[in-house]
Amino acid sequence: MTTALNTLFITAEGTRLNKEGECVVVTIQEEKKAEVPLRHLRSVVCLARAWLTPELMESCVEAGIHVSFFGMTGRFLARVEGLPGGNVLLRRQQFRAADDPGVTLRLARAIVVGKVANARQFLQHARRDAAEEARLPLEEASRRLSEHLRALERAEELDPVRGLEGIAARDYFEAFPALLKGDARRFSFDGRNRRPPRDPLNALLSFGYALLAQDCAGALAGVGLDPAVGFLHEDRPGRLSLALDLMEELRSPVVDRLVLSLVNRAQLKPEDFKTEAAGAVLLKDDARKTFLVAYQNAKQGSVQHPFLGQQTTWGLVPHLQALLLARTLRGELDGYPPFTVR
Amino acid sequence: MRKVTVLVCYDVKVSDPEGPRRLRRIARACRNHGVRVQYSVFECVLEPKDWVVLRARLLDEMDAERDSLRFYFLSEDVARKTEHHGTRVPLDVEGPLIL
Repeated sequence: MTTALNTLFITAEGTRLNKEGECVVVTIQEEKKAEVPLRHLRSVVCLARAWLTPELMESCVEAGIHVSFFGMTGRFLARVEGLPGGNVLLRRQQFRAADDPGVTLRLARAIVVGKVANARQFLQHARRDAAEEARLPLEEASRRLSEHLRALERAEELDPVRGLEGIAARDYFEAFPALLKGDARRFSFDGRNRRPPRDPLNALLSFGYALLAQDCAGALAGVGLDPAVGFLHEDRPGRLSLALDLMEELRSPVVDRLVLSLVNRAQLKPEDFKTEAAGAVLLKDDARKTFLVAYQNAKQGSVQHPFLGQQTTWGLVPHLQALLLARTLRGELDGYPPFTVR
Repeated sequence: MRKVTVLVCYDVKVSDPEGPRRLRRIARACRNHGVRVQYSVFECVLEPKDWVVLRARLLDEMDAERDSLRFYFLSEDVARKTEHHGTRVPLDVEGPLIL
């Protein structure tokens, strides 16, 4: 079992990280800001240009601490990792499964069912304390998601599964503006857009998904699976397809929920964003920090695991799901049980 | 696995010729396992196995004739039950680490 180890986020430009003893020393503008024992860390995430000494890199690789680098928009750039860990037999099993249309279909369908079910649950939950005029679009969207769920059960090929995933996502995001309350209605949202995100809510979603994808990639690597070989997502160089697969069911309950609570509680306002000349919308530095603190805190929140029946934290959910996925690929489980919110 | 939270405090007789060396080595061991909250005080949140290692190492480094070591075993919500005033606000290694 993986214990909940911490993530060190670097957000200040020109941060230097070096190793002293068994600690990471963080220096910003010639000032020593922090000293963190390596044994407390599971990953180092650099969201600004940071400078790491080779000694530190070496220790991170040896201690199994993942170091990843992101661009300013939260776009994933690179990841430093040692030899792939885990079990070669499991990885072979994963590759065989990815080449087997039957297995791929069943896994992809389970993943999409988990995603759509959680999206629907999320809308239904929001409907309870939504304003009168917001109820109708939310009901309408969750009704359509129920239909897609039924259609998914009948889908016997991969293409319809992928198609239904896209339609469900569009229906879901169409209802998204109805979830905004009070002052947060000032945020305009006209569907999902990305690469780059062109409005503040899309910027928040993209940033959150990028962080979650990294958590999922780390969890997969932790059980010895290859984060790049996916089922729902096709292989593409540089894409962590399996991490994106694993993330699907967690998008609504983890990231969307967090984004909405931040804007509805006015912890983030339209003024916390800036628009670049090319139209890309970015979070200002303070807003990024607010988001990261909230993201880290949300991971400490406890939740009941529907399949394992155990009380756990949101931060451990990707690790537990990675474990269940590994057991499915080994043939120890009949099918992959996605994480569904009650 | 339940972590243990220990407050490690030490006095090392530095007037002893070997004193500064012992002080350095004890501080180094603590630094690798926890957070320095005052000059000779560390808060360590550790896996039980790591605590066994740290404790053994400290007992090994100290000179029982000249130095003193105290371990306070704390409850997990130490951050909530602690007040801090003045400089050197220590880092909470369990909380969000955003720099």
